[in-house]
Amino acid sequence: MDDRTADGGGLAPQAHANANGTAGENGKTTKLKIFRGDAEGGEEVEYELPMVEGMVVLDAVLNVQAEQAGDLAVRWNCKAAHCGSCSAEINGKPKLLCKTRMEEYDGEEIRVHPLKAFPVIKDLVSDVSWNYEVSRSMTPFTSDAQAPFTMYEEDVERLYEPKKCIECFMCQDVCHVLRTHNKHAEFAGPRFFVRAQWMEMHPMDNQNRLKYLHEERGGVGYCNITKCCTEVCPVGIKITDNAIIPLKERVADEYYDPAKWLMRKLRGNRNGARNGG
Amino acid sequence: MASITAAKNRLPWWVGPITVSTVLVLFTVYAMYVVFFRPDGQYQSLLSPFYSPPVGIPGWMPGWVTAPMLVLWIPLGFRATCYYYRKAYYRAFFWDPPACSSKAQEREPRGNNYNGERALFILNNIHRYFLYGSIIVVAFLWYETAVSFFPEGGFGMTIGSLVLLTNIVLLSGYTFSCHSFRHLVGGNKDCYSCVKSGGSTGSEVRSENFLRKLRRKTYNGVSVINGQHASWAWASLFMLLIADLYIRLLQAGVITDLRIF
Ligand code: SF4
Ligand code: SF4
Ligand code: FES
Ligand code: FES
Repeated sequence: MDDRTADGGGLAPQAHANANGTAGENGKTTKLKIFRGDAEGGEEVEYELPMVEGMVVLDAVLNVQAEQAGDLAVRWNCKAAHCGSCSAEINGKPKLLCKTRMEEYDGEEIRVHPLKAFPVIKDLVSDVSWNYEVSRSMTPFTSDAQAPFTMYEEDVERLYEPKKCIECFMCQDVCHVLRTHNKHAEFAGPRFFVRAQWMEMHPMDNQNRLKYLHEERGGVGYCNITKCCTEVCPVGIKITDNAIIPLKERVADEYYDPAKWLMRKLRGNRNGARNGG
Repeated sequence: MASITAAKNRLPWWVGPITVSTVLVLFTVYAMYVVFFRPDGQYQSLLSPFYSPPVGIPGWMPGWVTAPMLVLWIPLGFRATCYYYRKAYYRAFFWDPPACSSKAQEREPRGNNYNGERALFILNNIHRYFLYGSIIVVAFLWYETAVSFFPEGGFGMTIGSLVLLTNIVLLSGYTFSCHSFRHLVGGNKDCYSCVKSGGSTGSEVRSENFLRKLRRKTYNGVSVINGQHASWAWASLFMLLIADLYIRLLQAGVITDLRIF
C-alpha cells in the first residue's frame, strides 16, 4: 500500500515471534504487522503476541513495545478516544488505535502504518505539525463583546457538533486532496472547515473567512464533497454535510450567485468579500 | 443493522462505484429515451411525472421537440448539480476517489492535475437556481397528483393515483432536504435571535418571536431530513421510474388501473 515500505532503506526484515510462546488467558495468540522505519524508508515487521479478549490495537502495539521491540515509536495519551493522539492507519484506513478492537479483524491480516498524508518521523508516529500551521493561518475567533457571552440556545445549537473535534487529523489523512493530490500548500482540509464553520456561524464572531476559504489558503473549492472525511471521523461529526457544504453555500452566495451579485452592484457594495453576516 | 454494515464493509471497494455508475447510466438512458421518443405521458387522469408541468409546445418550434424536452432539464439539472449526486458521480465516474480506502485511492487518475470543484465543476454552484425551478415543478406535481384522485370527475382512488402520491411525497422529501434549501432557510444566518424589526408594541414583538421560532423550526426540520438526503435521492429516482413505467404499461394496455374506491 505504501511507497515508504518499498525501498527498504531502514531495517532488515525479521519476524519477531513471541520468544517463549506465552499466550493469552485462553492460550490464543494473534499476529500484527507494524511499519518500522522513518522518513528514509522502512518495512512491515510481523509480531506475534498473546491475544486477550477485548484488546484494542493500541494494547497490542504497546505489548509489542514492552515485550519485543523496546524502540517501537507510537503516540498515545488518553487511551479513551479523547485526545486524538493515537491515530494511525490499520489496513489502509485511518483509525484511533485505542478505539479499534482486535476482534474487528477476526480472520484478517492486521497491518498498522502511520498516517500517510504527513511525513513519518518514526514507526507509527507522523509529523502532524503542518496542521498547526494551517490553524495559525486562519483568523481566529474574534468578538467585539466580552466573554462570557449571553447567547440563545437557538443560535448556538449547531455549534456543539464542530466543538466535538478531538484533532485526530484522520479526516485530513483520508482526504484525497491531501493524501493523493498533495495540495497541502493550497488546501486547509476538512478539520479546518469544521473549525471555520464553527467560527463563521458563531453569533458573536465578527470576522469573515470566506475570502480565506475561497481565494486563499482554505481552498474549499478543491473539496469535491466525496465524504471520506465524514466516514472516518471518530466522534461522528458530519463534516461534509454540516461544515463543508454550508460553507460552500456561503461561498456561492458571495462568488457565484448572479442575483446576489447584481444586488450588491446596485447597492454599491463590493463583491467578493462580505461585510459581516 | 450492524451486521448489514459489517457485511457491506467486507465487500471489495469497487462494488460501490460500479453499482452507482450502472444505475445512473441506466437511468440516463431511460430518461433520454423518454425525452426524445415519447411525446405523450398522459393516461386518463394520470400524467407521468416526466411531463410535468404540462407545457404546450409553441407552434414555431421544430416538430422534433417533445414536451419533456421543455421541462425535464429542470429536474435533471437539479439532480446533476445536487451535492449528493455530485459525490456519487465524482466517485463512480471520475474515480476522484472511487472509495476511501488506501487501495482505492491509489487508483485515482489525476495526480497533481486535480482541480476538484475549481475548474469545470465550478458550474455546479448554480444548483440553487435549479432548486428554485424544481420547487415550481414540485408544486405542479402536487396539483397533478390531486387531479389523479378524481379519476372520472368524482373523488376516487386508483393504484395510479397512489403511485403518483408516493412519487410526489418522495420527490418533495428530496427537494426540501436539499442543502441549498437548508442554506436558504437558516444556514445563511449566524444569529436567529438577532432578527430585529424594531417593533415596540406587544403585537410586533409577538410576531417577531413567532418568525424567529418559525425559522428555527424550519431550519431544524430541514436539517433532520437533510441527514437522509442520499436516501431521498435514490428513493425518489426509483419512484420516478416506477411511476413512468406504470403509466406506460397503462398506455400500452398491458395492465389496467385498478380502482380502489
Ligand atoms: S469531502 Fe472534501 S474534505 Fe472531505 S475527504 Fe472528501 S474532498 Fe476531502
Ligand atoms: S473532524 Fe473528526 S476526524 Fe477530523 S480531526 Fe476532528 S475529530 Fe478527527
Ligand atoms: S490515545 Fe487518546 S485518542 Fe487514542
Ligand atoms: S438536491 Fe441534493 S443538495 Fe440540493
